[in-house]
Amino acid sequence: MTATSAEPTRRDFLYIATATVGAIGAAATLVPLIAQMNPDASTIAAGAPIEVDLSPIAEGQVIKVFWRGKPIFINHRTKKEIEEARNVNVASLPDPQPDSARVKPGKDQWQVLIGICTHLGCIPIAHQGSYNGYFCPCHGSVYDTSGRIRSGPAPANLPLPPYEFLSDTKIRIG
Amino acid sequence: MSGHQTYQPTNPFMQWLERRLPIGGFVYSSFVVYPTPRNLNYWWTFGGILSFMLAAQIVTGIVLAMHYTPHVDHAFNSVEHIMRDVNYGWLLRYLHANGASMFFLAAYIHMFRGMYYGSYKEPREVLWILGVILLFLMIATGFMGYVLPWGQMSFWAATVITNLFSAIPLVGEAVVTWLWGGYSVGNPTLNRFYSLHYLLPFVIAGVVVLHVWALHVVGQNNPTGVEPKSEQDTVAFTPYATIKDGFVLVCFLVLYAWFVFYLPNYLGHPDNYVPANPAVTPTHIVPEWYYLPFYAILRAIPNKLGGVVALAASIFILALLPWLDTSRVRSANYRPLFRQFFWIFVLVCIGLGWLGSKPAEGGYVIAARILTFYYFLHFLVILPVLGWVEKTKPLPNSISESILGKGLSAGASGSAAAKG
Repeated sequence: MTATSAEPTRRDFLYIATATVGAIGAAATLVPLIAQMNPDASTIAAGAPIEVDLSPIAEGQVIKVFWRGKPIFINHRTKKEIEEARNVNVASLPDPQPDSARVKPGKDQWQVLIGICTHLGCIPIAHQGSYNGYFCPCHGSVYDTSGRIRSGPAPANLPLPPYEFLSDTKIRIG
Repeated sequence: MSGHQTYQPTNPFMQWLERRLPIGGFVYSSFVVYPTPRNLNYWWTFGGILSFMLAAQIVTGIVLAMHYTPHVDHAFNSVEHIMRDVNYGWLLRYLHANGASMFFLAAYIHMFRGMYYGSYKEPREVLWILGVILLFLMIATGFMGYVLPWGQMSFWAATVITNLFSAIPLVGEAVVTWLWGGYSVGNPTLNRFYSLHYLLPFVIAGVVVLHVWALHVVGQNNPTGVEPKSEQDTVAFTPYATIKDGFVLVCFLVLYAWFVFYLPNYLGHPDNYVPANPAVTPTHIVPEWYYLPFYAILRAIPNKLGGVVALAASIFILALLPWLDTSRVRSANYRPLFRQFFWIFVLVCIGLGWLGSKPAEGGYVIAARILTFYYFLHFLVILPVLGWVEKTKPLPNSISESILGKGLSAGASGSAAAKG
């Protein structure tokens, strides 16, 4: 039986080189097969930003718009709701976040949230629950008037979509 | 495989074919003369029933696919079109939907049989693990199939279950977007679920081939857990097992037909007759009955990632059964203490199923947590400990002895039964 020589042979080189090229080729083949499942161009285009006119929304009213297939809550908060959202020991929250970080500066009354419960994806109901914020009927998560989780199985506050004010009465979401 | 008689075709065509593709001989040795323990009871017929149900689902599924449209704007209506316009469409749809329930019913009975008689023990570990893989494939297939009618339950079940993957640390959100093919459950999601729902049953068929192959290599278990020792312990598969399987299949079909013709929507959820509405969540999102125990386990854990891990673990832990059960004795017939824990386990599974159908509040949550804890306790603590401490009953020397008694079975060669 030949002992393994100290020098790699030409055959060893060929084996390793072939296997390497084969592995790179296999990985390259997989790329389009996996990438095709990511959102396609038409889906991305349909997910382009939308503009929403805020003037018809009365104080205390919550409207629902759709952006990228997700429901967006736009809440014209009352003074009482803003106060209740501010009057809280932030450190005691399950997902600590001050209300000021969840609105645009100078626009405390406008709350724009993605209306999907962070637990398993149901849509919470506005003006319900013990904080008169949002309540998710699926498993009982309770959010406050800032959309922060207070009790129930949801792990995180209702997230904010990317948005900006184009004027005092118009926002662009996305 | 069998070494008994080889296939000797008298038909000239079969002689011609046998030389070129020995499928006749293969069927003959695997399903005609194949030695089958002579003491198999009716719990052993569910493998055959499962094979039939897989074929039934594939056949009804393929014909339904000729009339279904996998687009969010047309899916719901295409199913109604099947129900109302397509010739016998109502029958095909109800066969397929209720067939899924019957498929899972047979699968659970088949699995409980395996757990009771220790059919997962050496040398049948691979057979058992292939079965766990089959269960997982069935669960995936059934889930995707339920999304296709695009009713309220279809849409929201898809939303809830795909959202589970966001619990994966770091890459969770990216995985979910990739699964969805968009920013929420939508048309790309429906389309790919249709493709995979068509594919997976054939993957299941392939794994079933491996499952039956693994079975035939080691031979079937039997109610005593004692392996066949001589020809006296076995009978030919055909006609004995064939007819027994056939008879129970017919009884099973009566039950199936009862649902299809008299209670076709009993096992379903009325909310799925409402077209999917992404803006409105149904008050109670529940899966079909066969997923309820797993759903209860998912919701029992208050942490999102924890719930997902528990759900996956509740299925995966079955694969570890051959190593968790430390007993040398296979069959619960000879394990009086294990038998009691087995039936408690069955009740726990049924209890979890019931709790899965209830809203996740108050006493239901507490009960679900207790039963989930017990479910894992059974596998991780009770089974290993039982194997060490249990006093088992003495095993019969052979299958023949267990049927005929000690004195009478001592006639054949190889039988170890003592005469005196």
